Amino acid sequence: MNPAGTFKVTAQGEREIVMARTFDAPRALVFEAFTRPELVKRWLLGPPGWSMPVCEIDLRVGGRYRYVWRKDKDGTLMGMGGIYREIDAPSRIVSTEEFDEAWYPGEAVGTLELVERGGKTTVTQTVVYESRAARDGVLKSDMERGVAASYDRLAEVLASQPAR
Amino acid sequence: MTPARLDATFAALADPTRRAILARLVSGERSVLELAEPFAMSQPAISKHLKVLERAGLVSRGRDAQRRPCRLEARPLAEATRWLEKYRELWERRFRHLDVLLEEMKTKTTARERTKTRRK
Repeated sequence: MNPAGTFKVTAQGEREIVMARTFDAPRALVFEAFTRPELVKRWLLGPPGWSMPVCEIDLRVGGRYRYVWRKDKDGTLMGMGGIYREIDAPSRIVSTEEFDEAWYPGEAVGTLELVERGGKTTVTQTVVYESRAARDGVLKSDMERGVAASYDRLAEVLASQPAR
Repeated sequence: MTPARLDATFAALADPTRRAILARLVSGERSVLELAEPFAMSQPAISKHLKVLERAGLVSRGRDAQRRPCRLEARPLAEATRWLEKYRELWERRFRHLDVLLEEMKTKTTARERTKTRRK
């Protein structure tokens, strides 16, 4: 199903997260899948057990987008949205990202880049977070439990952060 | 665990020399002198990096006054990893769904093109 393969997430600097993934499809299709609401709804899922009742996209510079996920069990809502700052179809989009207070406050800026090679498209998403506030919500739920990692795991983390 | 500490961890990890220092400490304690050896860097420069790592809680120093060996501290790295892991899990799931969607879109595009060709 996925010959294109490996997905990488790396932390860069203090507040940046970079994700890269290659898809076995031409760039024009991938761009559509990222920008047409009826298509975005099909894959931009929340955690398991959540649906995506709202997906609005006004794809122009200065236009807004708004996504809302809903936990079907108890109706909890999680929303986010932002404004498009740059659009260069089908290769690049820069937009702000702001989650509703329920999850984490603070604005982040995301850059989506699509590069096609041999019919496959590599998507790189870079998000620069507004540091502390942005990570807070995520931390609250999971970090308190605390985790002990083996040194093997550590070595893996270090290996995944190649020196440049 | 505070978000500020997570920031400090990511900031400490952002530098290749500091990552190399941590990688060397995975195999055991080392003195500053031993750590400085493979790097084309003065001992004070290495000490500076060690201070950043210490502040982030990634490295601790032994009490031995002479050697003050450096030790890797697993916890903050584990926390940073866990944060990334959680993020990764969510996106991995999304991208698996996107793979399926793209396959479907490709099939439809091909079908449309075939129809067009036939009409010509």
